Amino acid sequence: MEQLGLILRASRPKALATLVRLLGDFDLAEEAVQEAILRAVQAWPEAGRPGNPVAWLVQTGRRHAIDRIRRQAVDRRSRQGLAPLLEPAVEAPDEADAPAVLEDDLLRLIFTCCHPALAVEAQIALTLKTVAGLGLEEVASAFLLAPRAMEQRLTRAKRKIRDARIPYEVPQEGELASRRGAVLHCVYLIFNEGYRAAQGTELARDSLAEEAIRLARLLARLFRGAPEAGGLLALLLLTHARRPARTGRDGRIVLLEAQDRRLWDRAMIAEGRTLVDKTLRAGRPGPYQVQAAIAALHAVAPSVAETDWAEIALLYAALEEMQPSPVVTLNRAVALSRADGPAAGLDLLESLAGDAAMLRYAPFHGARAALLAESGDRDAARTAYERALFLSGNQRDREHLLERLSALG
Amino acid sequence: MLYALLIFESEEAMERQTPAEFDSMMAAHGRMQDAAKEAGAFRGGVKLMPSSSASTLRAGTGDAQVLDGPFAETKELLVGFYLVECDSLDQAIEHGRRLPHLAGGAVEIRPVQYLTSLLAGEAFRWSSSD
Repeated sequence: MEQLGLILRASRPKALATLVRLLGDFDLAEEAVQEAILRAVQAWPEAGRPGNPVAWLVQTGRRHAIDRIRRQAVDRRSRQGLAPLLEPAVEAPDEADAPAVLEDDLLRLIFTCCHPALAVEAQIALTLKTVAGLGLEEVASAFLLAPRAMEQRLTRAKRKIRDARIPYEVPQEGELASRRGAVLHCVYLIFNEGYRAAQGTELARDSLAEEAIRLARLLARLFRGAPEAGGLLALLLLTHARRPARTGRDGRIVLLEAQDRRLWDRAMIAEGRTLVDKTLRAGRPGPYQVQAAIAALHAVAPSVAETDWAEIALLYAALEEMQPSPVVTLNRAVALSRADGPAAGLDLLESLAGDAAMLRYAPFHGARAALLAESGDRDAARTAYERALFLSGNQRDREHLLERLSALG
Repeated sequence: MLYALLIFESEEAMERQTPAEFDSMMAAHGRMQDAAKEAGAFRGGVKLMPSSSASTLRAGTGDAQVLDGPFAETKELLVGFYLVECDSLDQAIEHGRRLPHLAGGAVEIRPVQYLTSLLAGEAFRWSSSD
């Protein structure tokens, strides 16, 4: 029975994607796939699993939806939106067996869920619900929302898709690159949500990160010819590989410097590294590939001291070119100071001191304080630590800063 | 001279309308249109879908960005609008992208629920559920 659950879970998104196209309506398709799954649970253990589970679900779901439309058409002859769907649904040929068609439908579903005309939170919720196939409660709990609030968010998103006629199609060539970018970004945000400290239950966070990896795997396969998709998967794998070392026995976050590297997931690291090498060889680097390359350098280093910081600083410089941001510059400054000493890092940090957002950003002052302490300027370090403490709202970060401050003496 | 009468209203209040209130609002629209037609002034009118169906094109790095939601700034003011008939939002976005106002302003794209027009010299009625 365990296996039946796995097959249904794997088949659901594809069946749903095809049903949305055939029925032209998200809600109707979701209900149809749910009904088909219920019938599969009843029928398959006895009759045996069909050769093509997705096609079975599509056909069963479609029949159910057509029955329902007919009943409603009788009940309410002019129910808007449903009547025109009746004919194509009945006439649709049995094409669901063709793998290429299924794959296209899944792409349509992904591009529709991650359409930029939908709010980012709506994109994430829709993607988790339909493409990843999570239940409403799972999606809601991952975002610390009541199921009812999450349901409203999803309903609003589906209404926008319907009212504004967000198309159910793979974008045209000219739009494709930027629309792919939006899809990758959505999965990246799902992963980050799973990683955000001190939010949600441990279980919900872990499963969210794992869902993001599963989605990234799917995108790396579907977006062939887009090295950034492989780059994203590699980045997520290499980051998630550190997860077992990220939380201490007392539940506190353990920073990279203090992590027990023997706990890192070596299989995941190996897969991530192979992917980075492969995608970078395509010669079209992008932000995800560069970040993955940085994560790979950390993953192979036996310790902080033995990390290739010079190479990491170069990679941050490349990332800065592609995606200029003071946070990236801050990371480059830290890498530079590890490679060439605190003065090099402090020089670069000075260039950020005019940035109003940075001046309110606790990690900026924390990093600057550490470099000042290292260069022997204890007074300036103390002031910077105090500034960081004043700005930090995170209890664990504050404890860490206090330890550093008292170590100054 | 052609004039546009731009209507502002609380969507919440409109959603809370009872059927009787809705009917009386529509009747008032009918009277207004009749009077305008009698005066030979009526050229057309549009009922927009709610702002929850809106998307906005805004200047970004490179191409204009597509965002969820209506245009909500007070500095820029409405300077004009186009009607385009498309099969999907993506096609409407494509037309919107060609407008020269994206550098400093924005273009909101909102589906039209209902349109009645005499611009072409004859009565024309269009609704999104047709």
